[in-house]
Amino acid sequence: MRIANSYIGQPIERTEDLRFLRGRGTYVADINRPRQLTAVILRSSIAHGRLNGIDASRALQLPGVHRILTAKDFDTEIPRIALRLQPLSDLEPFHQPMIADQKVRYVGEPVAVVVAETAAIAEDALDYIAVDIEPLPVFVSREQADAALLFEQHGTNCAITWKALRGDADAAFKMAEYVRRERFKVQRHAAMFMEPRGFVADWDGQKLTVWGAAKTAWYNRRLLAASLRLPIEAVDLVEVDVGGGFGSRGEFYPEDYLIPAAAKVIGRPVKWNEDRREHMIAANHAREVECEVEIAATRHGRVLGLRGQIWSDVGAYVRTNGSVGPRNVAQYMSGPYAIENIELTSSMLLTNKTPTGTYRGPGRFETDFIRERMLDLVAKDLNIDRLELRRRNLVADRQMPYPLASITPYDSSTELDSGDYHAAFDRCLAEFDWKTKEQFSGRLIDGYYHGLAVGSFIEGGAAGPKEQARLVLEPDGTLSVYLGSSSVGQGLETIMAQIAADATEVPYEKIRVLHGSTSHVKEGYGSYHSRATVMGGSAILLAAEKLKQSIKASAAKRLGCAAEEVVLDGEQARGGNRSIAFAELIEVPIEIEAEFFNNKQTWAYGTHAAHVAVDPGTGHVKVLDYMAVEDVGRTINPATLHGQAIGSIVQGLGGAFLEHLVYDENGQLLTGSFADYLLPTASDFPKIRSLTVDLKPCPNNPLGAKGGGEGGIIPIGGIMANAVADALKHLNVQPMELPLSPPRVWALVEAAKAQLAS
Amino acid sequence: MKLPAFDYASPASLEEAVALLASRSGSAKIISGGQSLVPMLAFRLAAPELLVDLKRLQGLNRIVIADDGVRLGAKVRWCEIDRDAMLQGAHPLLVEAVRHVAHYQIRNRGTVGGSLAHADPAAEMPGIAITCEAELTIIGPQGQRVDKASDFFTGSLTTSLASDEILTEIKLPPWPAGRRWAFLEFARRRGDFAMAGVALFYELVDDKIADIHIGAIGVADRPLRLRAVEAVLNGQTLDDRAIEAAAAAVRESVDPPSDIHAPAEYRRALLATLLARALRQSETGR
Amino acid sequence: MKVEFELNGTRVGADVEARTTLADCIRDQLKQTGTHLACEHGVCGACTVLMNGQAVRSCLILAVQAQGERVVTVEGLSRDESLTPLQAAFRKHHALQCGFCTPGFITTAHALLTEEPEADEERIRDVLSGNLCRCTGYVPIIQAVLEARSAYAHKGNEE
Repeated sequence: MRIANSYIGQPIERTEDLRFLRGRGTYVADINRPRQLTAVILRSSIAHGRLNGIDASRALQLPGVHRILTAKDFDTEIPRIALRLQPLSDLEPFHQPMIADQKVRYVGEPVAVVVAETAAIAEDALDYIAVDIEPLPVFVSREQADAALLFEQHGTNCAITWKALRGDADAAFKMAEYVRRERFKVQRHAAMFMEPRGFVADWDGQKLTVWGAAKTAWYNRRLLAASLRLPIEAVDLVEVDVGGGFGSRGEFYPEDYLIPAAAKVIGRPVKWNEDRREHMIAANHAREVECEVEIAATRHGRVLGLRGQIWSDVGAYVRTNGSVGPRNVAQYMSGPYAIENIELTSSMLLTNKTPTGTYRGPGRFETDFIRERMLDLVAKDLNIDRLELRRRNLVADRQMPYPLASITPYDSSTELDSGDYHAAFDRCLAEFDWKTKEQFSGRLIDGYYHGLAVGSFIEGGAAGPKEQARLVLEPDGTLSVYLGSSSVGQGLETIMAQIAADATEVPYEKIRVLHGSTSHVKEGYGSYHSRATVMGGSAILLAAEKLKQSIKASAAKRLGCAAEEVVLDGEQARGGNRSIAFAELIEVPIEIEAEFFNNKQTWAYGTHAAHVAVDPGTGHVKVLDYMAVEDVGRTINPATLHGQAIGSIVQGLGGAFLEHLVYDENGQLLTGSFADYLLPTASDFPKIRSLTVDLKPCPNNPLGAKGGGEGGIIPIGGIMANAVADALKHLNVQPMELPLSPPRVWALVEAAKAQLAS
Repeated sequence: MKLPAFDYASPASLEEAVALLASRSGSAKIISGGQSLVPMLAFRLAAPELLVDLKRLQGLNRIVIADDGVRLGAKVRWCEIDRDAMLQGAHPLLVEAVRHVAHYQIRNRGTVGGSLAHADPAAEMPGIAITCEAELTIIGPQGQRVDKASDFFTGSLTTSLASDEILTEIKLPPWPAGRRWAFLEFARRRGDFAMAGVALFYELVDDKIADIHIGAIGVADRPLRLRAVEAVLNGQTLDDRAIEAAAAAVRESVDPPSDIHAPAEYRRALLATLLARALRQSETGR
Repeated sequence: MKVEFELNGTRVGADVEARTTLADCIRDQLKQTGTHLACEHGVCGACTVLMNGQAVRSCLILAVQAQGERVVTVEGLSRDESLTPLQAAFRKHHALQCGFCTPGFITTAHALLTEEPEADEERIRDVLSGNLCRCTGYVPIIQAVLEARSAYAHKGNEE
């Protein structure tokens, strides 16, 4: 009899690695269909204008060019991308058409699809297509005050304003002994996963198969089928190996329609592979936020309230999932701290830039920068130790479940589920060795000013409403696990096999996990909001329980005993004093389906601390040590979780220091390649440490787990800015904007020096 | 980002290569390492009709250290400079500057000649050429000519090379042992183009700076000789006062462009900081 | 144009245009898809292959420039029956997540350790700074390469 839970909690090496390490993964660019053609998309090079006509006649004469499709070739009424999450009717006017329809609203908006023998020929053809666009004024910044309207009928470029409310902020601010008001800015940057997007679409006259799905295949299938006016059963989306997503890949983009539609129109398979330059203007951007926020507190540093206005630059359309980040900035600004009075508005501003969507910890990275900066400013003003201030305000376990601010419209309420935030805080400080490192705060050593910072955060996960799993046990004892969850590189196949092995007691080596494709389960939801382990894993648990009952019932009949007496043991069932092998018991495969329903988010949480050294001459910031501690309730695979944490932290450091999507006043993206959009490399941040603890299990799912793939990134902006402020405190440098690039840090130093001199 | 179409030739001799370039009246380009050219083709920033590969040409990849100086053939790759045991002692400034060029894979293919002909204003090799008053040997239909580095770099990504000419060699003047020098650049990440960089060397005569050469990269449309700063330092003892005066002279004498990575005033201040630090570094007489 | 070279120990030939990159030739004509394209402008390193033992960016080399050379891809550094010591070290340290950048890291690390089996952490980071990874944050990759050194210690110049 095998000990239960021998796989969950183990750092099992990943099955996926065996093919990835040998170059035998199958990514969508590796898929080819007989007679396939290749598509390249012609994109607008103008940020705002009326699309008056497209003349592709010269391009069609190039040898090897088959078709050039424009709006009229696809449909009389161009379908639009409906929002997957928070589909408010208020946002419908701003849904993106699958191809530019009468207007172009951002550089990169699809205008035509060139289908040719090869990608090279299709790219050649682009230069020969004449697009008649009548330019309109370009709106790229809030300061321009609606100089040009993207959607004339709407009357403003503000798509919607969310409101986060809790308690009575006005009253709290009136009676507060201390109030401070500040402005903050976070820069536009993006997920920038390594594998560019792609699709291969094949229409055989009755069935459309599309390779290249990720993240949310079932939703995408429904939208695609509806857009093509096909029954859902006629469309299959197939997920192959996926080279990273981070919230950005897998949402429905125009290409998710254009490529399958092209295949249907032309009657031959069509393959499309995004290139990196295209990716930078076509895939979702994220994080561009500015705000004016006030904090109210007692003179002992007990935070009473947050109040203010937030603006998110969401680009030219609201496409899925453009509304999540802006909502989150407002709803989660209080983070892990007990702040009872909140009134924050969060406006979504439409601009002539690439549309935005979710990127790991959407809205959370931005809001934690704002809040943690505010806390250090409060500590300084009130002359309270920064650690003590946080301890006084962290939510205590006995206060759980602790309600956060509610969001309107789309009434969304949530509460913190469980956690010992103070224990995680202290653990982090201990592991980081704050006591010893404290002496470095503000000191000048070898030309560098040293600084420290600490910050706490919460990470929401496991979005509902449900997830499906289907288990198939073969007579030879092999178990196939079909899941609605999708793989984006997080080790899904391994983690789910661990859960299935423990739940079914089938040997780990006999389990295979199939994920993400619409043919696998009837209705899956996918991988987003760190939900796969909790939702997919819990669905597996439910299915496993049903499977065991089913086997026991069959065995009971054969063994002549009661079902309750049957014990499953490896590859046989025992009951009474007889046994029967599965191979004998199971004549046809046993297939079991289960759904796990959940409407309560999980809340992982933790604390990070950092030690930096700043060179005032160049503005360069070295990260000397970074320590992250997170409680995820119950760890399934510590190795993969640790990997996620480190990767997430380095992404956050990229956002804090290096990455920036820069536009000019004409709506042209100036940082259009990896030469200008700077990603962290192996030599940038060598000293990152991460520890995951299972302090408080989640009470809301059978695994007791909390979604934990995004936490690492969330507090980084605030911690880095606070560490730089700490390093340069002799000058009273106070960063209010990200990124902390060398020229910006240098400018802050120079401005502070000038201020002191005057 | 597939490349635009072009013809390709791989001639066996320099004469043939020159003739091929001349035959296309300006729309042929040389490819050797390809590390600068191919990305430009991928972005379709260039669309030559013909690429002339120097692959088969012999004799252009020699490193020669002699009394009259150090010669590098145009096809010498960065990794070959790394591996040359004599070069570290023969020209430490060159070797140090080259250490900063790009990344491992690029260094296995990229060439000295390619970098010089490409003339990126932030590239290290053009900076060394200017600082050291190198001479560049060029072959064309009219035969061979020699250009001084100060005449060779004429603007951003622009040189004195005509479209039918090939750079074959760069010669750096001899480097006396024990000479004081420094190379310092600041880039966002390891291997990135410098936001600014400085190369310098000088002699010490009676403990005073003599014949100082200072070159700067990343602060103009071409590598610069900072002669105004040299004038401030020549004849001076290298002390804090001299360094401060030099830094001030740097701020007066450069007018960097602003771009998405840095505003002009940052580059100006950065160069002054780098110069001060480089001067201090040179004192340890590495 | 016809090009002939040695790929993973075998003489191969392909019919290419002058503009076909070595990366595209390897992937499309020669059907070895382990070499990946993530940027096509010579920055990310996912396309790294070995040419005459040296790590190079195959997206920056024309297929015709590989005429007569010796090319090795990640497939050529792999065995059917088991993982190589370098690959096993990657797996052990969880030095890959989505796997897309991994072939580039394997080829680059192999080239480095073959020439410099005693490379220290700083040198390893320096060399690998030319390969981008968005998933792992690099820490486990460095640990894996450090551990793999012992397998290269007495190997000489074997590929």
